[in-house]
Amino acid sequence: MTWSFFDEVDALRGEVEHAFEDFGVGRWNRPFSRISFLPGVAARAYPLLNVSEDHGNVYVEALAPGVDPESLDITVVQDVLRIAGEKPPISEDVTLEAFHRNERGSGKFVRTITLKTPVDADKVRADYQNGLLLLTLPKSEIAKPKQITVNVS
Amino acid sequence: MNERTIPEKTESKVPATREESRVLVPPVDIFETPDALVVIADLPGVAKDAVEVRVENDLLTIKGAGKRFDKGDSIGHEFELREYYRQFRLGERIDQDKIAADMKHGVLTIQLPKVELVKPKRIEVKVES
Repeated sequence: MTWSFFDEVDALRGEVEHAFEDFGVGRWNRPFSRISFLPGVAARAYPLLNVSEDHGNVYVEALAPGVDPESLDITVVQDVLRIAGEKPPISEDVTLEAFHRNERGSGKFVRTITLKTPVDADKVRADYQNGLLLLTLPKSEIAKPKQITVNVS
Repeated sequence: MNERTIPEKTESKVPATREESRVLVPPVDIFETPDALVVIADLPGVAKDAVEVRVENDLLTIKGAGKRFDKGDSIGHEFELREYYRQFRLGERIDQDKIAADMKHGVLTIQLPKVELVKPKRIEVKVES
């Protein structure tokens, strides 16, 4: 049997789409898991995303507090969006013994989602404000809804 | 695009009787330095002027309203922002006049300086030979 590259890609794609469709179901049973960075648990599901759209744009809102905006690496290839970055750890001067609580976590993250709508990769805009990242992805012309007027004769 | 027959908002018309039960609990890091207790909390979506830090009778309260960008019609969502609320009882004696708080990129850092008398004093051990 020959190994097919495209089968692999398709399998991965299915996984990514599945991850995307995994939205909104009760996986936030733990007290802070909604917003905290939990390596292992949060693997491939950090940052948490809200996806919305209007007539001309797709909006992706990411919950990423304390991320150095310089570290953010956002790429769009066709309709696949990849967000990578790093939430820096607390200064190394603080010893482990000095901690009373350590819930926030830190580290590098990467998340990839399929938008299912072709977007214009050249015009994507990213804003980072108060720990939230907003991506504005203009839909490409072919994906914009066309208004059809009904003629009454 | 998708047709929506279910209203997006299904919030109850009856106001919640226990306000505190409908809040988000922010994750925190708390550590000690020789002269202060440092509390760091993740409060994404909270603007600098929307955060409230209070210390009363050794009780530290962190409050803030999280706001999303909230653009367009939702296709799928993983998080919702509401009021953040968390309280801690401070074991150490804190100099309440010198508390400093700073907000950056949705992360709140609170410096709670210890009062003089609880600061560790280094005691020199003199060994006489």
